[in-house]
Amino acid sequence: MNRERLFRVPMVVRQRSLLADVIILLVLAVVLYLGVRLALDTPAIIQGPEISHDLAALPYYTLLSLGRMLAAYLLSLTFSISYGYLAAHNPRAERWLMPILDILQSVPILSFLPIVLLSLIAILPQGLAIELASIILIFTSQAWNLTFSFYQSMTTIPSEYREAAAVFRFSRWLRFKNVELPFANVGLIWNSMMSWAGGWFFLMAAEIFTLGDRDFRLPGLGAFLQTAANEGDTSNLLIGIGVLVLVIILLDQFVWRPLLAWAERFKVSQVESEIPATSWFLDSLSQSRLAHFIGQQLNRLSKQLDRVFSRQPEMIPSLESAEPAPKRTWRSWIVPAMVGVVIAYGAFRALELFLTLPVAIWPQIALGAGATFLRVVIALLIALAWTIPVGVLIGTNARAAALLQPVVQITASVPATALFPVLLLGLVGLPGGANLAAILLMLLGTQWYLLFNIIAGASAIPQDLQFTSALLRVRGWRRWRVLILPALFPYIVTGLITASGGAWNASIVAEYTHFGGQTSQVTGLGALITSATAKGDYALLLASTLTMIVMVVLINRLVWRRLYHLAEVRFRMDQ
Amino acid sequence: MDSKTTLLRVDKVSRDYGTGERRFTAVKDINLTLQAGEFVALLGPSGCGKSTLLRMITGLIAPSQGTVFYRDKPVIGVNPHTTMVFQSFALYPWLSVLGNVALALQARGIPTDESQQRAIKLIDLVGMDGFENAYPRELSGGMRQKVGFARALAVEPEMLCLDEPFSALDVLSAEALRGELLELWTNQRLPIQAILMVSHNIEEAISMADRIVVMDKEPGRIVTEFPVNLPRPRSRTQPGFEALMDRIYAAIAGRTEPEALEVGTAPGAPGQTRLLPPSSVNALAGMLEHLNEAEGKHDIYQLDHDLEIDMEDLVHTIEMAEILGFATVAAGDIQITPLGEAFAEASILARKDIFANRARRLPMITWLLDMLRSVPEGNLPRKVFDTALQVEFPEDIADRQLDTAIDWGRYAELLVYDDRSERLSLDIPDEVETPSAA
Repeated sequence: MNRERLFRVPMVVRQRSLLADVIILLVLAVVLYLGVRLALDTPAIIQGPEISHDLAALPYYTLLSLGRMLAAYLLSLTFSISYGYLAAHNPRAERWLMPILDILQSVPILSFLPIVLLSLIAILPQGLAIELASIILIFTSQAWNLTFSFYQSMTTIPSEYREAAAVFRFSRWLRFKNVELPFANVGLIWNSMMSWAGGWFFLMAAEIFTLGDRDFRLPGLGAFLQTAANEGDTSNLLIGIGVLVLVIILLDQFVWRPLLAWAERFKVSQVESEIPATSWFLDSLSQSRLAHFIGQQLNRLSKQLDRVFSRQPEMIPSLESAEPAPKRTWRSWIVPAMVGVVIAYGAFRALELFLTLPVAIWPQIALGAGATFLRVVIALLIALAWTIPVGVLIGTNARAAALLQPVVQITASVPATALFPVLLLGLVGLPGGANLAAILLMLLGTQWYLLFNIIAGASAIPQDLQFTSALLRVRGWRRWRVLILPALFPYIVTGLITASGGAWNASIVAEYTHFGGQTSQVTGLGALITSATAKGDYALLLASTLTMIVMVVLINRLVWRRLYHLAEVRFRMDQ
Repeated sequence: MDSKTTLLRVDKVSRDYGTGERRFTAVKDINLTLQAGEFVALLGPSGCGKSTLLRMITGLIAPSQGTVFYRDKPVIGVNPHTTMVFQSFALYPWLSVLGNVALALQARGIPTDESQQRAIKLIDLVGMDGFENAYPRELSGGMRQKVGFARALAVEPEMLCLDEPFSALDVLSAEALRGELLELWTNQRLPIQAILMVSHNIEEAISMADRIVVMDKEPGRIVTEFPVNLPRPRSRTQPGFEALMDRIYAAIAGRTEPEALEVGTAPGAPGQTRLLPPSSVNALAGMLEHLNEAEGKHDIYQLDHDLEIDMEDLVHTIEMAEILGFATVAAGDIQITPLGEAFAEASILARKDIFANRARRLPMITWLLDMLRSVPEGNLPRKVFDTALQVEFPEDIADRQLDTAIDWGRYAELLVYDDRSERLSLDIPDEVETPSAA
């Protein structure tokens, strides 16, 4: 149940104009182009830091990694609340903010990493630039779902809550603090957990990023694992992975569980939930003096904030006004026109850059795109093949669930990128090993989304349907065809959407690898992006990055969105 | 309270929704005044816009035309002199009882400590002392609504607006809470000068209000007013109480009578399009069986009691029986017709026949069938009908109308609807429906 919420991708299925999509993609292209322009000044050789694989360095590295995650998370949270609030309260801003968010969340984030890294290094001191790039990368993996969640909460506040806030003349601050934020709370916490889980993946990727002679590595847990694997230091490698798992478990027990238990009171349902979230840590906190003291201080702070922000409003506007939408005058076109000119110019310059590419490169890009697409499909098929039976087993069988659930959760919590060095260690010698490793990494990064969704779906199959099909003696394949697969369909689609996004992302680090001083690459769009960065072929970098973005957005629009719509309309269990 | 100050004056107020073709009027040309000292009830079927009117009076919704005056000043934004008690309580589940009440005071700029003290007093007044630190989910519906009242009264508004405050409560709690409110009101223990209550319960309105304003729908408008001059405390056994109930029932349910004889016109045809009442064949059958068991005329409010269903649903079902010719309504009484008796006593298949024969004559159903016959394939996507209806009606009403028509048509075996393809087709008896693959 909880897992279902955890991994449900917020997808706003709304009729949106193709024009908006095209404009937003163009803006994205221009921004990337500017990044590439900046990147031209990047030195050809970048000396990375010495990364130790000594156990003594491990605590410090762990703290560094945690710090990056925390910084990115705080940035994401601030961004999400501001962006979501603005979109929910300003219909004119909403018209652009939501489509932008929709594109940003479906874009393969890792494909930005090279351009972000290079452009930041061009304008900032190297160490700072790489730190910042890693934080930005983690931010882009954490922010979108948080923002969607907050926005969705804002727009689904029950109308009587909003009416009561207006009738009782709450100021904006009081409304935010006492109505909007509490209502959004549960969604924010679930999505924060999801964001952290995703964030680890990108943190590891950012910490071990190397391109030819340019070494962008950062001291941290991910780099530690990679170095240990490179040096063949298996015991320290395992200890490193152990520490990572431990950190994730500790965060779960000391941060997320208590928060979830605390958030029970924010659930809107007016009845006590059957199985409320509990936390031993929160229970023990309630007896601690220190926690009590901190609570008091927070209370005082909140009162002070009330005094500062809560000015009694002169006038509370009606919730539904009667004024017709203001007529558009020529003035209201000035800003869009100016923005349009800038975009057009940027797009023109980007096109110029494309024209410098030899014609022969385009078939290569197409070939790469096809190869990566194929890998993504294979990874998804493998994932489906094992997750459906296992997920149904766990979801419908309480005994199996009790046994397997914790194992699966811990295994899933290890970011795939952390395991990548280990994978390479095993596969690098085999024929076709690089291809195998690429697919495996995609698989590792994406199968969990599917598995959790399928577990959630299988456990949500209504009891009466199960009984009915048992009574009707529907068994074997028929039972799968009539009952299980249709019931799972929406969950499989949701899982696949997230999984395919993850697989495209993984292609950036999976198709071009640097191991033990050797670089190996396979044919693919991800490899093109990374190798173009390594060679300093900026036109190719821009072209292949844009190709990937457009492809993923297209697949989203043409395949996933339709399937999602189908799932919503045809296969919903709650009638 | 005998001062004749006019607190509220609603002047030719209308509210439209949507634009262009989709525009529809929720309430039209409302005129209403409220004096200090008055308790007025707004009564009417669902969709008559009584809640919309209440929200325009509180300023939550701005009127499209006309003006709401409060103490002769036009209301712009939310009216600061009113507060509201909500049908669904609208308590914030993450705040305690005390927190919910105190927050309303804090919002008016009263310092935290003082607002806590005043909140405790109000909680005491409504009989909820001891529950200050409870959370809404721990309370019963009746107790929650007491907190809702405490919150609304805490800020000492001049006018209290009640939006069906008792309809989400169980019968006993509602009765108790009504009594308590009346006691506070008649003993003048409240700083309130007027109460405006939206209700769909006639007995409730008569037992509480000084004046009852009756509204009707399509478009929402005020049709008539009844002063209630019965001495307090009131009860149903009082002389005059039931007579007034009859008159009001006649004003609400009986209004369908003249229209029922003249069944209206089909969509697109000139004249008032006759909508089907959103009721089901099951409800109809249940009501007719009940009417058939006991002979003679029935008081509609008695039926309301016996069948224990919502008055609105009952009104819809009665209207359905009327337009099909299964029952007649006059002055608050309902009588089953011979055809209705035949239907009630018939077998499952015979019922379908009787129903189909009558339903076929309804303009809405005729129109649907004609449209389907006019295409060679004999089927059309639902959208076609939706679009046609939306020329005249807002989207949700058009949608509900189609659902009703499909429900009736399916029962009568006049038409077939495929939910997958969202297509309607004629039900051709000889052709056996092939079961669609799951």
